[in-house]
Amino acid sequence: MDKIKLTIDNKPVEVAKGTTILQAARQVGIKIPTLCYMNLEGMGVENRPGACRICVVEVEGRRNLAPSCATDCTEGMVVRTTTPKVLNARRTVMELILSNHPKDCLVCASNGDCELQDLAATLGIREIRMVENAAFSTYRKDYSFSLKRDMDKCIICRRCESMCNDVQTVGALGAINRGFTSVVATAFEQNLSDSPCVFCGQCVAVCPTAALTRTDDTGKVFKALADPTKTVIVQTAPAVRAALGEEFGLEPGTLVTGKMAAALRRLGFDKVFDTDFAADLTIMEEGSELLGRIGGFLNGDTSIKLPIFTSCCPAWINFFEQNYPDMLDQPSSAKSPQQMFGAIAKNYFAKKSGIKREDLVVVSVMPCIAKKYELTRNEFSSDGNRDVDISISTAELASMIKMANIDFMSLPDEDFDHPLGESTGAAVIFGTTGGVMEAAVRTAYEVFTGKTLERLEFKELRGFEGIRTASVDFNGTAINICIAHQLGNARKVMDGIRKGELSFHAVEVMACPGGCIGGAGQPYHKGNASILKARSQSLYREDAAKPLRKSHENPYILKLYEEFLGQPMSELAHHLLHTHYFDKHHKI
Amino acid sequence: MVQIKMHLLVCGGTGCRASESAILVEQFNKHLQLNGLADEVKVVTTGCFGFCEKGPIVKVIPDNTFYTQVKPEDAEEIVKEHVLKGRKVARLLYEDPETLEHISDSKHMEFYQKQVRIALRNCGFIDPENIDEYIVRDGYAALGQVLASDPKETIELLKKSGLRGRGGAGFPTGLKWEIAAGNKADQKYVVCNADEGDPGAFMDRSILEGDPNSIIEAMAICGYCIGATKGLIYIRAEYPLAIRRLEIAIRQAREYGLLGKDILGSGFDFDIQLRLGAGAFVCGEETALISSMQGSRGEPTIKPPFPAQSGYMGKPTNVNNVETYANIPPIILKGWEWFNSIGSEKSKGTKVFALAGKINNVGLIEVPMGTTLREVIFEIGGGIKDGKRFKAVQTGGPSGGCLTEQHLDTPIDYEHLTAAGSMMGSGGMIVMDEDDCMVSVAKFYLDFTVEESCGKCAPCRIGNKRLHETLEQICHGKGTLEDLDYLENLGRVIKDTALCGLGQTSPNPVLSTMQYFKDEYRAHVVDKKCPAGQCKALKRYIIDPTKCIGCTLCARNCPTDAITGDKKVPHVIDQSKCIKCGACYEKCKFGAILIR
Repeated sequence: MDKIKLTIDNKPVEVAKGTTILQAARQVGIKIPTLCYMNLEGMGVENRPGACRICVVEVEGRRNLAPSCATDCTEGMVVRTTTPKVLNARRTVMELILSNHPKDCLVCASNGDCELQDLAATLGIREIRMVENAAFSTYRKDYSFSLKRDMDKCIICRRCESMCNDVQTVGALGAINRGFTSVVATAFEQNLSDSPCVFCGQCVAVCPTAALTRTDDTGKVFKALADPTKTVIVQTAPAVRAALGEEFGLEPGTLVTGKMAAALRRLGFDKVFDTDFAADLTIMEEGSELLGRIGGFLNGDTSIKLPIFTSCCPAWINFFEQNYPDMLDQPSSAKSPQQMFGAIAKNYFAKKSGIKREDLVVVSVMPCIAKKYELTRNEFSSDGNRDVDISISTAELASMIKMANIDFMSLPDEDFDHPLGESTGAAVIFGTTGGVMEAAVRTAYEVFTGKTLERLEFKELRGFEGIRTASVDFNGTAINICIAHQLGNARKVMDGIRKGELSFHAVEVMACPGGCIGGAGQPYHKGNASILKARSQSLYREDAAKPLRKSHENPYILKLYEEFLGQPMSELAHHLLHTHYFDKHHKI
Repeated sequence: MVQIKMHLLVCGGTGCRASESAILVEQFNKHLQLNGLADEVKVVTTGCFGFCEKGPIVKVIPDNTFYTQVKPEDAEEIVKEHVLKGRKVARLLYEDPETLEHISDSKHMEFYQKQVRIALRNCGFIDPENIDEYIVRDGYAALGQVLASDPKETIELLKKSGLRGRGGAGFPTGLKWEIAAGNKADQKYVVCNADEGDPGAFMDRSILEGDPNSIIEAMAICGYCIGATKGLIYIRAEYPLAIRRLEIAIRQAREYGLLGKDILGSGFDFDIQLRLGAGAFVCGEETALISSMQGSRGEPTIKPPFPAQSGYMGKPTNVNNVETYANIPPIILKGWEWFNSIGSEKSKGTKVFALAGKINNVGLIEVPMGTTLREVIFEIGGGIKDGKRFKAVQTGGPSGGCLTEQHLDTPIDYEHLTAAGSMMGSGGMIVMDEDDCMVSVAKFYLDFTVEESCGKCAPCRIGNKRLHETLEQICHGKGTLEDLDYLENLGRVIKDTALCGLGQTSPNPVLSTMQYFKDEYRAHVVDKKCPAGQCKALKRYIIDPTKCIGCTLCARNCPTDAITGDKKVPHVIDQSKCIKCGACYEKCKFGAILIR
């Protein structure tokens, strides 16, 4: 590797060829401020339009200032990052950006968690000079079940566009208009709900301001909790416990399962349950379906199509319905854990507890904002009553805890309630990429081979590469598995399968980077890969610490089948726990 | 076979067509027919002659008579007098503004005397819709020569010639080709940038309208030299005539085997397609142009990678401007020494300029590099209109700067113009006189860049808007001295930080006018006066009581009832009501309304 020597602020630096000034500076502890730049290192996610011009530096011999994020180091380069010229330029550009940005920080959804606000503070901006009645670019606001667009707050960093187009290949967002009125929008300025948007929310997760924010449903939950006629129960997805602590100042990857359960109870939920229970149930159903299909396939049934695709991720399902309507019979018909939980709560738990369906309010806490959309799908209602009534994100739960005067850090660790709170380690890892497949393999192996699985941890299924493949030996039968996270990677896999270039028995897809732990309902990762990795590790730790680590060993799941459902894939199970898919190919 | 004895060359450039030159052609044909001359006299619609001020132009060959401002109804007289009887129609000849003598042959006109036409060599001489006429004037000979030689020789020759990009930045063309040639790829592209967008510029348009084959030939040469088989011309849809003539030329070139497979039996394949742009100024920037051609948003990307490394569809791409290409065939035919002998020390050859503004001879000119601004404005351009005083000249369009009287002896080339605070640009040259307010001029150009900014980078997107608003405020008499500091700082920051050439140069009109006309800015903000009298908001209409006879005409015509007074008593204007429409000034028969 060619090495390049340069100096940055008089410090000698040696870097590999192709290193940018920004990266080189970080190597020697010089943190040049950035705004539009984003790099999810190791995940192939980069946004580097060179658009904000905040990271400019002086390079000796260069006519103008250089954007450090987009300028490669060259031999002998002399870089200065804090000269008066640089500081003035940076501050002037920042002032310009702020001059066309609303000043409602105190009541803004991103108050306290805004990169623009932080940068204004870092750069010490104290006034914004402009003429009286200076123009301000304003746009129509757009609300959907999952997210809200307030493009008055857009600073055109293009991160959302990179996520939507390059990473997710959804293509709902792109820059429109010219000059001062430029903004990121849908084609023809449609509402997001009419666009190809799949509600993965990765645009929201990386937005440095509050141009794109989650829809806030906390008010609905508070209202339900205060209603004496309602029984309000809550389910929390596996990834939530790995990120909630960040909202209270804990390091990413700190597990707060016990405190979370305690907080939910103090918020007034009548029962504090766990989506992990439904994840175990998902494995029972999806695993049986997988084995049924593989078995039929191996026995020469040509009507069976493989691979089977996981169906837990609602953004992936939206993406699938839009882009692969010719393969509608291939995803697992198993509902997502959120919806399985809802169906069991409203049809089993309600009856068992003597509560009328309409008096039971099911709230989910999800790392995801597509879940807010998912629960509105017609298939998941019975006579207009939804199986899951309200879905809030991890961040919304944190905000509820704060609003309810609960001192989160001093809470004791508490357990989930029974019966829908019991889960195995297999369910916990649903929250990270590869987890669903690993959980499925743990159960499917034992069912298929009739043997006890000795090795529980499938390291070959773990990791952060966008597309991972592995072959698992089921007692002489090789089961070929593929795992993709981020929809762009899913598209590569799907296109390969469609063309017949790739063939697998089972494919897991999660829309967000790292799986649910990187969801848009979590504290925004804003492109920081180390946060995602820490969250993922914490889920593997929780799995390892669980006494039971295979879904089919969950005693409450076994009891549920015994008391209510009969067998996996039984008629009742089919009715309550399975769904079907629609052709949603976007026609322009 | 009937021998053609005379040619009537009628300008078919956009300006002359707007003055009915197409109808003139019809009239010529009609009267030639009526007089039985249709077989002996041929009417040819040519490209632009350059002397747009006096269009439509008609040139008679072989006697080189140069008629100006010819109307369709003049056709009959020219046919009957000049064609039939050999008597020139004196009233249509060019009149020298100083000697008032009629000049018959254009080569004696000052407008043409100092010009050297390389890029425009065929404009006004040939029928651009007939490839044969191009071929007769050595067209495609350079291509033939190149195809029979090693591409490296041609690139070397171009490097030695000193030709630099005429799009504005002045990058050495030969070097650009060499870089593109050196990058290995399964497919490469040759792109012609015909997205001319400066206000008042029509150089590229005129070349394409007047001599489209020269571009096709040069692109094929480039293709051979860099190893590309595909060419693309990115041209704005607002140039319908240029597009039509290019389409005709491409079709004819294909028919003649000068485009397509195995050109001239050399085994070299090359073909050209047009890409129509929607008229965005920023798409003249090569990365934005490529982005637009790919169907993406027309906005620049960060360089590197340069197009020569990764351009159209990610393949090595050579992008040159129309005028650059137009220079190439003559350089190959006449040799690098010839080209290198023209021009100044570091800027070789000629440059085409579109002369516009308050100048007598508005038009298209081509002069050797190193010609001074004075020569261009006062000799070729014929000086300032209506005997007014020269005030400034803007070169380089909205990206350039305003130069003043002190710069008139500046040689026009890349180095000198940049040193003076302006730039070569693509060749727009707008002349201003004493009636032009320099703050308004800066505002005018900012208006353009605000409109044309792609919106990608913050300094250009927001900064130019803020510059414009501040200038607007100054023109409205609401400016302060702090505003001047603000303008200067903001202008410099935008120059230092903007992403592409558009943003990096957009503050030039403000900064250069502030540098050379600081007093005028100060007059606006301190005295609240516009010395040129152009800023409406700073005008004050008052009535001179010694001249006003109280006729009431002004009061009756005032739309806001700002003028009061009894009959036969001097009237008064209420300044708080006056909207400065000037109606009173226009109506007053006694010169009693004064503008302060």
